[in-house]
Amino acid sequence: MDGAAGRMERPKKVLVIGSGPIVIGQSAEFDYSGTQACRALREEGIIVVLVNSNPATIQTDKDIADRIYIEPLTLEVLEKIIEKEKPDALLGTVGGQTGLNLSIGLHESGALSKHGIRFLGTDAKSIELAESRESFNRLMEKIGIPILPGRIVKDFISAKKFADSNGYPLIIRPSFTLGGTGGGTAYDEEELKRIIELALRMSATGETLVEKSIIGWGEFEYEVVRDPIGNSEIICNMENIDPMGVHTGESIVVAPSQTLSDRDHQVLRDASLKIVDAIGIKGSCNVQLAMNQETGEFVVIEVNPRLSRSSALASKATGYPIARVATKIALGYRLDEIKNAITGTSAAFEPALDYVIIKIPRWPFDKFPKTPRTIGTQMKSTGEVMAIGRTFEEALNKALRSLEIKVPKDIVPDEHLFPPTDLRIYALLEAFRKGRTIEDLNRITKINPWFLARIHNIIEIEKRLASEKRIDKELMLEAKRAGFSDAQIATITKSKDSELGIRALRKSFGILPTYKIVDSCAGEFEAITPYYYSTYEQENEAEATPGSASVTGANSRKVVIIGSGPIRIGQGIEFDYCCSHAAFALREMSIRSIMINNNPETVSTDFDSSDRLYFEPLTFEDVLNVIENESPEGVIVQLGGQTSINLAERLHEAKINILGTKMDGIDIAEDRERFRALAMKLGIKQPRNETARSEEEALIAANKIGYPIVVRPSYVIAGRGMEIVYSDEELRRYIQEAVDVSQKRPVLIDKYLDNAIECEIDAVSDGENIFIGGIMEHIEPAGIHSGDANIVLPSMRLTEIDKATLTKHTNDLCKALGIVGCVNIQYVVKESEVYILETNPRASRTMPFVSKAIGIPMIKLATRAMVGEKIDAGSLEKKHKASESRYAVKSVVFPFLKLIGTDIALGPEMRSTGETMGLGKDFETAYYKALLAAGIKIRPGAAFLSLRDEDKSKAPKIAELLKKLGFSVYGTMGTVGSIENAIPVAKIGAGSPDPLELINSGTVTLVINTPTKGGKANTDGFRIRRASIQMNIPCITNLNTAYELLKALEEQKKHPLEIKAFDEY
Amino acid sequence: MKDEKQELKAALVMQDGTILHGIGFGAKTEAIGELVFNTSMMGYQEALTDPSYGGQILLMTYPLIGNYGINKQDSESGRIHPAGFVVRCASPDYQHKDSEQSLHGFLESNNVPGIQGIDTRFIVRHIRDKGVMPAILAVSDKELDTKKMLEKSRSFDYSAIDFVSKVSIKKTQIHQSNARTKKRVALIDYGAKGNIVRELVSRGCEVHIVPYDTPSSDIRSIKPDGIMLSNGPGDPAILTGAHKTIRELSGDGGKSGNASRIPIFGICLGHQLLAHAFGGDTYKLKFGHRGSNHAVIEQESKRISITTQNHGFAVGKAPEGFEVTHINVNDKTIEGMSCEERNILSVQYHPEACPGPHDSKYLFDRFMEMMED
Repeated sequence: MDGAAGRMERPKKVLVIGSGPIVIGQSAEFDYSGTQACRALREEGIIVVLVNSNPATIQTDKDIADRIYIEPLTLEVLEKIIEKEKPDALLGTVGGQTGLNLSIGLHESGALSKHGIRFLGTDAKSIELAESRESFNRLMEKIGIPILPGRIVKDFISAKKFADSNGYPLIIRPSFTLGGTGGGTAYDEEELKRIIELALRMSATGETLVEKSIIGWGEFEYEVVRDPIGNSEIICNMENIDPMGVHTGESIVVAPSQTLSDRDHQVLRDASLKIVDAIGIKGSCNVQLAMNQETGEFVVIEVNPRLSRSSALASKATGYPIARVATKIALGYRLDEIKNAITGTSAAFEPALDYVIIKIPRWPFDKFPKTPRTIGTQMKSTGEVMAIGRTFEEALNKALRSLEIKVPKDIVPDEHLFPPTDLRIYALLEAFRKGRTIEDLNRITKINPWFLARIHNIIEIEKRLASEKRIDKELMLEAKRAGFSDAQIATITKSKDSELGIRALRKSFGILPTYKIVDSCAGEFEAITPYYYSTYEQENEAEATPGSASVTGANSRKVVIIGSGPIRIGQGIEFDYCCSHAAFALREMSIRSIMINNNPETVSTDFDSSDRLYFEPLTFEDVLNVIENESPEGVIVQLGGQTSINLAERLHEAKINILGTKMDGIDIAEDRERFRALAMKLGIKQPRNETARSEEEALIAANKIGYPIVVRPSYVIAGRGMEIVYSDEELRRYIQEAVDVSQKRPVLIDKYLDNAIECEIDAVSDGENIFIGGIMEHIEPAGIHSGDANIVLPSMRLTEIDKATLTKHTNDLCKALGIVGCVNIQYVVKESEVYILETNPRASRTMPFVSKAIGIPMIKLATRAMVGEKIDAGSLEKKHKASESRYAVKSVVFPFLKLIGTDIALGPEMRSTGETMGLGKDFETAYYKALLAAGIKIRPGAAFLSLRDEDKSKAPKIAELLKKLGFSVYGTMGTVGSIENAIPVAKIGAGSPDPLELINSGTVTLVINTPTKGGKANTDGFRIRRASIQMNIPCITNLNTAYELLKALEEQKKHPLEIKAFDEY
Repeated sequence: MKDEKQELKAALVMQDGTILHGIGFGAKTEAIGELVFNTSMMGYQEALTDPSYGGQILLMTYPLIGNYGINKQDSESGRIHPAGFVVRCASPDYQHKDSEQSLHGFLESNNVPGIQGIDTRFIVRHIRDKGVMPAILAVSDKELDTKKMLEKSRSFDYSAIDFVSKVSIKKTQIHQSNARTKKRVALIDYGAKGNIVRELVSRGCEVHIVPYDTPSSDIRSIKPDGIMLSNGPGDPAILTGAHKTIRELSGDGGKSGNASRIPIFGICLGHQLLAHAFGGDTYKLKFGHRGSNHAVIEQESKRISITTQNHGFAVGKAPEGFEVTHINVNDKTIEGMSCEERNILSVQYHPEACPGPHDSKYLFDRFMEMMED
């Protein structure tokens, strides 16, 4: 591969910009592509300087990049890093829209030319050509590629003019935004006005595109790579099952396209190549096209001149490592000079698939019951699953069960078909069940009849299963080949046979899964990478990994790791980080790792992260099938969040060896009664708690404990349905509206300890030696879900005595539960009393944060412990001491901007999508950086203060700090009425100035609003909070957060922001 | 649109004794041929009507085939050429604005049997290991005697059969062009795909399609500006008559004035025949190249084309005086050659695409330039 050297001067040091915290529209895929890019650079001997504020990323590990900056992703910070590191090139196309926008920003600010930094790959000029609507449209006209009639507007008047001549509906797309933020479909003038105003605010350039809607056309995507001399190829073409009108990130997507003839496909392929050529892409590009399948007309919708969500999906769908190839191209290599790591042949070819890929988004509506479930041109999903099958039906059924969602019973199809909701696929199934026709559903949804026929076929098989008295071998095979799970068959047949009964019957027929390789070439060449999926056919290509029971010897050990599935609120990239680390640790120990997961965005599903990858749903059946195929020495269930730990019990019953903490220990931690007994035995206090099985019981229990109380249903995870309740009245409402309490489904009631410090501990243990990674302190008071809290390490307010108690409790619990591997324990400290809230016998969300903060890879230690190695706690303690001279703060980002109708006030139910980390030699710096990284940008101007009664006494202190920082202070009469120099404001609609007007006019640049308990919608507070989100200005809903933020701001004023590489702290 | 459910038995018996039972579709009959696989994910209609598949049983590696049915415009010839068709799943439903017939109906009306519901990937891997081999595909509503089928498969020798004579036209056909300035091209039909003709006509050529065994003197008498040697089925080595005709057409390369350096463009079989005609040779590939995703690099410019390929033989040694212009990026086999002295250009792959990428259409332009000079 020396050809490239001649064509281009090789960079010595490359700056790589990551994508920051996980937000809707920008998820784990950029850790995956960024990591691949860093590796591709480093194997060339190039020094990589990586910047990312997200600690739960593999790319910020020290063996991925040479210089790692866990710092906020802002222009100012990046310029400082450039000053310091003096890289000679920039790779800006691997960090999503965030990375791309920052790269363009650096180009425009002159920082790049000032320091002689080159753009690697697709250059700034090409990026602007692709990203700016105006120049893109002009270019398309020049090369004769049809586009939609549309107009760039900078105000509502011009948008209305366009609407007057083109009619409704219209699509609004702001320039340079992510996941369609701020865009939408307008069906009338009123909607147009509302959407345009938001879009203009969201757009980085103050302009937005208004274009004619082509709802109902088929939507297709082409992933293209193009090399420096203009050789290009299509890596994957994908078809959205949801036709135009639904953002591609919100669509169910199939690859390859199913309904295009070769003639159609070549038309779109030619157009894609022509576009990419005209833009001058050097690397990867995603092209989105729409085709009217009744006339054959087509248009290009947009392009992404960078690695994208779709390119990650295309990589996993084909086995072709797009990020790696794009990076090599950026270094000057031609396609034929790059090796295809899967087959050992060259990267110059178009992958051929011999299976069907289906991707389904995962939406967070379970967390946001008040948010409309409609899906459209703006992304609302947090993650996605991918499934592989040899038929469409098989892939679809596997994808549906990979989602791990509870499908509501009694779906009324017409409520979900159009406009579509997240439940549309279930509505289609239900509609066919009720006898509706393909023609009927095609008329309503415009979904291609071919797809509808496949979905219909699933119901046909379901009906046959339901009507057969006894399933014969032929029908069983047909059902399995259509992707039905044993559990599904058991439910449909309503037989007394449970899932296990069907499993036994199936096995008695000799029907076992066969595993096939994803090899990028449809079997034409031998694949050297073991990336498998299951189907029911003749040949099993996954002969058990060497190391099965029959093979002995030093290198014969192997372990299965159960992954964490789709990114969702409460279970995000952090768990994928843990699973990937386990695979790396096993590799270091020469133990073979076998990964099972279904999330295409992640590092764990990269073909070289583990020794074997099974791309499978994470249900009991699918996981057990892999285990039976492999016979490993054991299974790691601690690292994939609730998904994997929930499988522990059934796998244990199936006689599978659970590595690490034994089943009994897991059970004690999760069983309320057993845990209470243990805590009592160990002398660990719990907040008073009761279990209630009816409304009356709940009221009695509540009064016994005393308000405030925390109530939650007993059968949920990640704080779902959890609320803090202050009175009988509120408790009654909660029981009646929010939960379905019964004998079998009790409600759990805990004393809520207010004005207390919440803290949590992440530890690892080998059964004897325990290493505590850190005592993390929540900045917010107890009662806010730990996933949503700002967290600082080391703790600030806990006394040495508190810490000693916490350590002792943790050690006692680890021993008593027999913890081997990870544990996360949550405590509350109130008036020097330590109470335990819960113990999670698994890796926690904070594990990557702690590992980064203390510089010790906790998950690798845990993994080593799980396979029998001892932990050297003594030397770890010493290393740990060294990290205590710095502060690390974890902050979070919320999806409120994208989920209209949601109240942003925080509570015990987790709602953040991602996290950031700030580092500093003092707390203020670390906190400021964490918030800055989370997108909280405080502009000077005016602050609006509106506090709940119990916070009001602190208003003068806050106001004083604000004034010191140069803010003028507005507020509600009750909050600021008695404060000097503050301007009291009437209620909304009651006079002038009006709170909403102040916010909407841009006068107010910071809102501090602490909501009254109870969380009712449509109060003034709710409207103020929503308005601030719509205006994209920070809205702080917790007084501690606000206070610490203002103090940090004050501190920042004194000296410039200090930026350091990770190892310099 | 949907086909009625038919429950037909089907078996695929390979010469090495590998037997697969599946579900039949298409015609209830038996077919023998060399079993080959194609990795194109679309374009099954174009493949089925490609005469180069004469004498072969075609397996598509993409598992869902027939989704968009069969239409009027995408056939490369008037009938199906493979003897049998093997897929994982023949879609029972088809949907496309142009579709007029189901895949099942198309096979049935061409009397070609199809088998589905079998592990096609297993067969691909088997062929990859063992090489292509003869097979028999039978579809019936009765029980199938696979023992007898196996015996029969042993009698088949692909390389011994002259398939070209079966697929070539019998009488010269002329395709006019609407262009003002015309070039006249003699296209020797060894089993030409329809799009070769369409590409030439669209560039202003008057195309005379002549039978494969037309004597060189008859071809000369047409007074062509260029000669196109088409694709086609079978082993190029046994077509000695064609070797001779080509030699005669090119003469000594114009040195003696005997021939006029008439431009010749060979595609696929035509390319292989050129090798044989001038002293080069060909050899049989283990399992061929069949698909729409093969990268070919032009040696001089380093330009890569993604190409449609369908060949079981390759040129081993280019004739003396010929330059190898294109090679396969993966296995480095010869993909194109030229001879300036003789004014010859040839490629192993299919610039006419159908199915597949249009990356190589520039070769037709190059042929036009050769005819201009």
